[in-house]
Amino acid sequence: MNTIVDIVLRLACWLLLAPLLPGIINRVKAWVGGRRGPPVLQLYYDLARLWKKSVVMSTLASPAFVVLPAVAWVALLAAAMLMPLGPAGAGLSFRGDVVLMLYLLGLGRFCTAWAAMETGSAFEGMGAVREVSYAVLAEAAMVAAMLSLSVQTHSLTLTTMLSPTVGAGAVLLAAGLFIVLLAENCRVPFDDPNTHLELTMIHEVMVLDHSGPPFAVILHGASMKLLFFAVLLTQAVLPMGKLGVVSSACVLVAGVFVVTVSVGFVESLMARLAFRRVPLQLATAFLLCVFALLVAWKGGVA
Amino acid sequence: MNHNLNLLLDVAMGLNLVSLACSRLQTLIRVMALQGVILGLMPLVMEHDLDWRFALIALATVFGKGMVIPLLLRRAMRKAHTDRELEPFIGFVPSLLLGAGGTIAALAMVNQLPLLPEHTGSVLVPAALATILTGFILLIGRAKAISQACGYLILENGIYVFGLLLLKAMPILVEAGVLLDITVSVFIISIVVDRIQTVFDSLDTRHLTTLRE
Amino acid sequence: MRSILLILMPIVGSVVAALWPSNRTRPALLPIIGILHSLLTLSLFFDPPNVVLEDWLGFDALARAVLPVVSLLYLICSFYGFTYLQVRDERPNRVFVTSMLAVVGMMSAGLQARHLGILWIATEAVTLAAGPMIHFNGNARSIEATWKYLVVGGTGIALSLLGTFCLGYASLHGGGDGNLTFVALMQQGAGLSHSWVFIAWVLLLVGYGTKLGLAPMHTWKPDAYGEAPAIVGAMLAGGVTTVAFTAILRVRAVVGAAGASAIADQCLLAIGLFSMLVAALFLLATRDYKRVLAYSSIEHMGILTVGAALGPAGVAAALFHVWSNSLTKGAMFMSAGNIRRAAGSASMDEVRGMVVRAPYSVAIFVAGMFAVTASPPFGPFFSELRIVRAGFAGGHGTAVAVFLGCLLLAFLGFTRVVFPIVDGRPSKIVKESGKRFVETAGIIIPPLLLLCLSLWLGLFTPTVLQDAWSAAVAQLFPKS
Repeated sequence: MNTIVDIVLRLACWLLLAPLLPGIINRVKAWVGGRRGPPVLQLYYDLARLWKKSVVMSTLASPAFVVLPAVAWVALLAAAMLMPLGPAGAGLSFRGDVVLMLYLLGLGRFCTAWAAMETGSAFEGMGAVREVSYAVLAEAAMVAAMLSLSVQTHSLTLTTMLSPTVGAGAVLLAAGLFIVLLAENCRVPFDDPNTHLELTMIHEVMVLDHSGPPFAVILHGASMKLLFFAVLLTQAVLPMGKLGVVSSACVLVAGVFVVTVSVGFVESLMARLAFRRVPLQLATAFLLCVFALLVAWKGGVA
Repeated sequence: MNHNLNLLLDVAMGLNLVSLACSRLQTLIRVMALQGVILGLMPLVMEHDLDWRFALIALATVFGKGMVIPLLLRRAMRKAHTDRELEPFIGFVPSLLLGAGGTIAALAMVNQLPLLPEHTGSVLVPAALATILTGFILLIGRAKAISQACGYLILENGIYVFGLLLLKAMPILVEAGVLLDITVSVFIISIVVDRIQTVFDSLDTRHLTTLRE
Repeated sequence: MRSILLILMPIVGSVVAALWPSNRTRPALLPIIGILHSLLTLSLFFDPPNVVLEDWLGFDALARAVLPVVSLLYLICSFYGFTYLQVRDERPNRVFVTSMLAVVGMMSAGLQARHLGILWIATEAVTLAAGPMIHFNGNARSIEATWKYLVVGGTGIALSLLGTFCLGYASLHGGGDGNLTFVALMQQGAGLSHSWVFIAWVLLLVGYGTKLGLAPMHTWKPDAYGEAPAIVGAMLAGGVTTVAFTAILRVRAVVGAAGASAIADQCLLAIGLFSMLVAALFLLATRDYKRVLAYSSIEHMGILTVGAALGPAGVAAALFHVWSNSLTKGAMFMSAGNIRRAAGSASMDEVRGMVVRAPYSVAIFVAGMFAVTASPPFGPFFSELRIVRAGFAGGHGTAVAVFLGCLLLAFLGFTRVVFPIVDGRPSKIVKESGKRFVETAGIIIPPLLLLCLSLWLGLFTPTVLQDAWSAAVAQLFPKS
């Protein structure tokens, strides 16, 4: 009985809180830009509106066009279940769950890219190509980050892995994971979520032809991914293991908030990178994580 | 003390990678100057009791590597009206990965060489090797004359780091000679850079391909 | 004191040249310093001073064995240079004369250096000071050559410094006090830390080998020799390389004292033969007769290195070869410079029938070609013969076979370029290029003199020189 309550609460937390993050980011951007900006709850309204609409489908598209976004969403939600939430621990935890988490993230991306290709439009195909070619580099950084945590804690279970020690490694890891977060969630400087110039879009291009409830699912999934990475980053860097239940929960929430606000600031202060500079940035993230791994391995000697 | 030195060396190694990744010549020169200043601080944190010789070396290094040389290079660059490395021979990502790989390899083999007891546990040797490698990558991989000059100076920085192993035993004369030689070489290089600019109207060393078999 | 004066005098001359107002009279400083320098060297040679073992600089046996030839070469070059700069009075020569004199001073320091650090500083100062001289013509090609020279040479500078540090650390690690004089290092001998000595040896060989022009660090050489004025080529090929070679010999002695003779000799033999092979192959390909000289110089540096690998007898032969090569190469560079100016081009595609245009220079050039490809009775024949004999005596049959094969290829490469230039009718471009080329005494006598000296060295190798070389060998191999 307790488990069911726990799972339901957890699901509610992920599902309901996630759309808040894009709202906060937009608020920060508006504040820096001196505008009033959309309300924080804007994404909730959008999702509700989209849910009521009907689906427009290309004649070329198979039913997979509708199914795949849902699969991607479920994969993300499953990954979220594996992610420990501070004192509450993970919904599901076993040895090696970090590998499953990486695969679920990959599955989500695969489904989105596939769905984009379903439309049969060269334009969506281009977006998918860009998305996956950056993802290759971002994933390398992600794997290196997970490895460094794993080496540091001698564990392959997310719950134990995410209790890091303070040191140079944590700084490197924070920088690396933050860049990965920006890349994975298609934020500036890798991609501009607000762009209307089709040639420069990456993520937005892929979902251009989606409409109605499937699009709502995609948008919600994207916000959940953002929350997911913010939680991961906070727990991978801040040592919260020794704190009490209430204070560590507060630290977690505050950490996620800080990450979100920083994304907003980055987005306000930086321009989108030229395409040919993106690999360099991702290589930097990869190297940061690799050096974090090195520090973890050498025990802080180097 | 050793801990502080290692911290400085780590920063210097980080700057190596930054220098491999940056495309603006201005930034490259600035990174190199910063590395020079950090190198200059190293003699000060190495020993407990501050010798006047060490202080002098530190001062000369900070002044030379951190101020005079960047000034000369910046002047040469300003005359040339170019501030970007557009098409390097070795791309930024490959050179960055190469440099990082070299750094990691150097750190991994830190225990392979016999060291004096007072140097064990410091990353002087790997930092020197990594910096020398970075210099070579810039020297070979960049097309602009200024970038190559910076590569050469980073190479020299690496050798300076290695020279810190001998700081106690080496008479100041040799250190001074080193610094003087470097300054003179940069002086000559900046003159040649200036001439290249005047004759070819560009600092791209791809123009320098007339002489061959 | 006199040995210090040998260094200071050209430096003072260099400063005077930098301040001298007249472009017309400034070149006279070259022969003046040349005469003073060679007189001083002569007095040192016949009345060697006592060398204090711990001194950082000194006219020791090794310096006595090679410094005179550098001084002699410079003396003769300086007269040629005086005439040359008078002819080329449209170019400002302040930087040229200043650099040349600085190079002479620093070479004197490098040859006499008994301390690893001083050796490095002197060698590098030579390298840097030579840079502006290559750039004398001020055109695009000479800038390209200067840039390549500085980049490759600078890397050599850096690596030899790193090697110097490594050798210093070898001494420290072996319990030494970090005294970097060669005497102290050799005394420490087997006490030096082995792995550091080996690293230092490789780095110093590559670093000073760059200056020497050993393959594969030779790439700057054809460009620099091809574009620089003749006397710069002569001084680089005969003087600067000698400094680098002495440096390698001195370091080799330390490595030998540390008990790593066998591996050091293997390195020298391998890199020497490789240089000879690379040079021989390029000699078969190049179409520019000034670059031919550069490849020939690379080949001869290979020969020197092979000689250095063959124990005491080989080193003595190599010192002999330093003399014969420096003198012969000097004659070749100057006569080639004359032909270059008479023809207006350095490519064998455009130059024909030079025997009509510049008969004396061509005669010297052809005779020099035979000398430099080791035809009897010139000096190089005898010195190379000694190296071959040392090779056979040391049981290096295969190496000697490769050595001789490379010499044959080099001969073919040389004749391939030289005879088409000399024979035939002058091409149209050359004829139309206007004024007749006048071969004045000032540009003919110096190369002729050098050629005669090379012949004399071959026919009547003076015993006093032989003794000087043996003394140097005794210094380098203390036990034998």
